[in-house]
Amino acid sequence: MRVQNHPILGVLHEVREVALVVDGVRIAAREGETIAAALAAAGIRIHRYTPKQSTPRGVFCAIGQCTDCAMTVNGRPNVRTCMTRAANEMIIETPNQSQGRLD
Amino acid sequence: MTAVDVGIIGAGPAGIAAGIEAATAGCSVALFDGHLEPGGQLIKQIHRFFGSREHRAGVRGIRIAHELWTEAQSLGVQSFLGWEVFGVQSSPSGFRLHARLTDDMSVDDQPISKTVTARTLILATGAEEKAINFEGWTLPGVMGAGAAQTMANVWRVRPGESVLMIGAGNVGLIVSYHLLQAGIDVAAVLEAAPTIGGYGVHAAKISRAGIPILTSHSIIKALGTEHVTGALIAQVDPSWNPISGTERKIDVDSICIAGGLRSNTRLAKLAGCQLAFCRELGGWLPIHNAQLETTVKGIYVAGDAAGIEEASTAIEEGRIAGLVAARSLGRDDKASSDRLDGMKERLSSLRGGPFCEGIRVAKRRIFDLGEEPCPTA
Amino acid sequence: MSDGIAHDGVLSWQELEHSPGYPSRSRMLKGPVAVIECVQEIPCNPCEAACPFQAITVGEKITNVPRLNEAKCVGCGQCLTRCPGLAIFLVDMSSQDGSASLAFPYEYLPLPSVGEDVDAVDRSGCYACRGKVLSVQDPARNEGTAVIKIEIPEAYVHHVRGIARSGGPDE
Repeated sequence: MRVQNHPILGVLHEVREVALVVDGVRIAAREGETIAAALAAAGIRIHRYTPKQSTPRGVFCAIGQCTDCAMTVNGRPNVRTCMTRAANEMIIETPNQSQGRLD
Repeated sequence: MTAVDVGIIGAGPAGIAAGIEAATAGCSVALFDGHLEPGGQLIKQIHRFFGSREHRAGVRGIRIAHELWTEAQSLGVQSFLGWEVFGVQSSPSGFRLHARLTDDMSVDDQPISKTVTARTLILATGAEEKAINFEGWTLPGVMGAGAAQTMANVWRVRPGESVLMIGAGNVGLIVSYHLLQAGIDVAAVLEAAPTIGGYGVHAAKISRAGIPILTSHSIIKALGTEHVTGALIAQVDPSWNPISGTERKIDVDSICIAGGLRSNTRLAKLAGCQLAFCRELGGWLPIHNAQLETTVKGIYVAGDAAGIEEASTAIEEGRIAGLVAARSLGRDDKASSDRLDGMKERLSSLRGGPFCEGIRVAKRRIFDLGEEPCPTA
Repeated sequence: MSDGIAHDGVLSWQELEHSPGYPSRSRMLKGPVAVIECVQEIPCNPCEAACPFQAITVGEKITNVPRLNEAKCVGCGQCLTRCPGLAIFLVDMSSQDGSASLAFPYEYLPLPSVGEDVDAVDRSGCYACRGKVLSVQDPARNEGTAVIKIEIPEAYVHHVRGIARSGGPDE
């Protein structure tokens, strides 16, 4: 789901890859991109479940204003993934997941 | 502690232009933005801008951002990127700005906040997207049109593979075009009003790409349980009520809301600026006069923070605010009056034509409020 | 046909007929000429400065609708890549063999290849006729605004304004 080629922006240049561990699953991220971008590239759309009603939430504003994309990162809760850069071996957890997932 | 003549909050087109003018006039300038990338919303605008040559018409927004930033840096504007201003206090010499690192993962051994004093302040805090609420609007896959644009153009990821765009103002039309360029399918653009609000040329680009623009249509609900799997849409009557029997399902994995923008007024309110509600300009905004000064002496406002318009008007307002702020500190020269007149003329010509009728009337009303004496309380 | 550009994003015949940017048929028969499909008063004038022959006029009030002087226009096509609205095209009806050429700005990938047979589409994106790609110009100085010229039956010169996009940038 990455835009490798773009008529105006050109070819996506190569950068170093870092690894994120999302709910135990390793995904690749481009160095310098946000956690939310890496998740979107990996097809992950659910960032959290709400604490009371267990409704799934994901990226909404993408610029740090709405907090719907917040996840727990390296044990720190409420991290706005759309504003936070991916760093190697970051542990990312979907809050309230066990309540919400239907699988 | 850093002390400057002009503190500017927001490094979008208005803020950077203000910094350029203030620095050119000889002021020391500190420019803050919560984002690590300067340029505000310009960094996502991959299309060519309108206006005239002096407004850099024909140049892509991304290039305008780069040119403005380079100019500001070359003039010695001090920048604090990745620092969100969360507090504004008045101080004996003007104002105290408090900022925190935006990065929620900032490490423990870094200072978590920074304070800068400024003799004058320019609020160039831009805007936020309005959300139209409908059943299912909180599902992953429902996002602002600007959000989809950010993901595609800044982060080079497709936030979905097929989108329903809600709103046919310029943002909805332009973002639809950007999404097509990024390889995303746009199933349709819905507009509840009977006519398209954005420019005909923007609409024409996506129509000839085969994207239907459905006026008098709206979304009833987003479908899906864990994320968007489709949308239920319907025709609406002139009062925007759904017409029974016209409901149909559209298969998409994403829904983008282009429901308009509103000014970011938090810091203005915090700093004591009086706000006024103005529908044509997006909602609440700080009252200001034609010199862009708010009801708090020494605080100016520019760009979308002063009412929702365009990047080109933001640049011009930024210039005005920067120059007026400089003049208020005595950094004046013989040419500055002429330059100010030139800026106001260019701003005026950008606000010409039928599309800006509402804005012209609204700005006049705000200026009138701004000329009233400030309450002393 | 369309009720108008503000209704569904498609210009009506009436709007096109009344547009001062639309050249006459007799001019189209003489050779390549610009076709400006910009009918609303919006603050915008790069087309005026783009023309090396001063064939396009907007005037002092930048919201004026652009006017085309078809006698001055030589059909060089420079204006196509300068219009922010991508609203200018180039039409040539001078060949005597029943075909015409249409050039249009194009900002998608993939670009078609010269000689390729394509589906030519109208302002609604609907299939109009088959076309053959005559040229594809995408120099770096145009920063991503390519110009594609296709050959179509001359009966479609007032209808066709693009080609069907096939696939996305990563395919």
